[in-house]
Amino acid sequence: MKPESNQTFTGPVISVDKLIVNYDEFKAVDEISFHVHPGEIFGLLGPNGAGKTSTLECMEGIRQRTSGSIKILGEDPKTNFRQLRNLIGVQLQSSGLPNTMTVEEAIRFFCTYHQVAVDYSLVERFGLTEKRKVQYSSLSAGLQRRLVLALAMVHKPRVIFLDEPTAGLDVHSRVELHQIMNELRGNATSIILATHDMAEAEKMADRVAILLKGRIVSTGTPRALTLSGSELTKIMVNTANNCLGKNQSIFPGVLSSDFGEDYATYFTATPGPTVAALISEIEFRGDTLIDLRVVRPSLEERFLEITQTKNN
Amino acid sequence: MKAFAAHIQFEIRNAVRDRSLLLMNYLFPLVVYLTIGAIMTKLNPTFKQALIPSMIMFGILSSMVLSLPTPLVTARESGIFRSYRINGVPTSNILIVPALTSFLHMIVVGLIILFTAGPLFGASTSIHYGWFILAFVLICFACAGFGILIGVISKDSKLTILYSQMIFLPSTMIGGIMIPASMLPGSLNRIAHLLPTSYARELFDISLGAPLTPHVVWPIFVLLSSGILCFLMASLLFRWDSQVKYKKKNPLWGLVVIAPYVAGALML
Repeated sequence: MKPESNQTFTGPVISVDKLIVNYDEFKAVDEISFHVHPGEIFGLLGPNGAGKTSTLECMEGIRQRTSGSIKILGEDPKTNFRQLRNLIGVQLQSSGLPNTMTVEEAIRFFCTYHQVAVDYSLVERFGLTEKRKVQYSSLSAGLQRRLVLALAMVHKPRVIFLDEPTAGLDVHSRVELHQIMNELRGNATSIILATHDMAEAEKMADRVAILLKGRIVSTGTPRALTLSGSELTKIMVNTANNCLGKNQSIFPGVLSSDFGEDYATYFTATPGPTVAALISEIEFRGDTLIDLRVVRPSLEERFLEITQTKNN
Repeated sequence: MKAFAAHIQFEIRNAVRDRSLLLMNYLFPLVVYLTIGAIMTKLNPTFKQALIPSMIMFGILSSMVLSLPTPLVTARESGIFRSYRINGVPTSNILIVPALTSFLHMIVVGLIILFTAGPLFGASTSIHYGWFILAFVLICFACAGFGILIGVISKDSKLTILYSQMIFLPSTMIGGIMIPASMLPGSLNRIAHLLPTSYARELFDISLGAPLTPHVVWPIFVLLSSGILCFLMASLLFRWDSQVKYKKKNPLWGLVVIAPYVAGALML
């Protein structure tokens, strides 16, 4: 079956099954399996050398796998790379363009190879309009990164692979990229996001897989992953008369607490009942609530917990 | 085809924007032509007969053997080929387009030499153009093949220069550019016939009025087969990436391309 651009996939657009990648004796990827669905942003997280890039490159068809199977839109990238090239978009961590190629030429060049109409709208969105006539070597590293990102999306692929896309990007470009990613998700484009940036993964990814030493050690939605950890939720409360600091009541689920000048801080395993009890206590004491903050454990904290536990 | 044309268009622009390519395609060959034309035709008036083919061959060596390989190595090292691969640029285009654009530059250089050598230096312009064009196309094909193959098998830019000089230097000294190989002593003549320019010189000599003998099939065969072998080996040994260490092919297979030259030298 040849994938067509207008063909709708109801099942997974990406299926990776028992993927193994060996470099001589070194096992870079060790029997990993996962699926990605249409319109899903799937995060591949892991420390350096965890096997993220090897996994991505096998899916992109630019690296040979040792064993296992990969299907992208129903095609094996190892054998049917040509059929897939117009349907996938790739932003590599290490790739380049000819030094003398201008932004405009790059867009035209790759649109022509992808057999799509030349479209400069992404040039504008990534803030490269003023640099259209500028050669690649004269662009700053951040602008080069923006151009490579634009090239990965210019042919409107159905699956996009992004490897550390926001590394070296300024805040505006990062926000714009996230907005574009959300729009793409809305158009049923699937995105594989390999990143070290946990905040980005937490914000953008629908599901994540944490890789460590070539294996998937944890997978799920960022929220499910953070909730499954041993980290406690932090609740910070500030009241007009500081009634909580004066009267150290015991609240449900609270395992430890800390009282500063303005805020009383509680670490709880059950944030819902704790917050309810805190509010009742403030009302009971006739105090006025000024500020209440609930800080859940972040994906970064959970990531560190998982990788440290598994490493040990 | 549209993509191929766009690729050619970019490569032509690239050769004009890139100073080192501009130097090796135009400046270096034309400055050497003007210098040699001014000096050699005074020192040795018989050189006027060979000035045009000699300087055209020199230009082709400069553009195709010295200049073609380095951008290929740089492109592989800097991840340009990776970008090309993921965006569907085929290997054939990566190998053929630079060779073809160098060929177009050499047509320009060749025409400049052809039309100025007579008025400037009194060079012989009594040329049989059929043989001249055949010799020009074949030496371009053979040298482009070497250039591309060197770019493909070289691990880095330093090795590229070494491999290129292994063809360039002997070609300029004994390969028929300054002295026809037939004027060299026996063993040196055989060694000279391990170089593409010696065969091209034989064909250029025919275009300048040398007698046509059945032996003429040899230079045609050697240049044509070596060019085909070079492009074939280049496509077989081609690597998209210097980082991906997987199923690395032995670059020594590239030595296959010297087989026609060895055969040609033995057939003398």
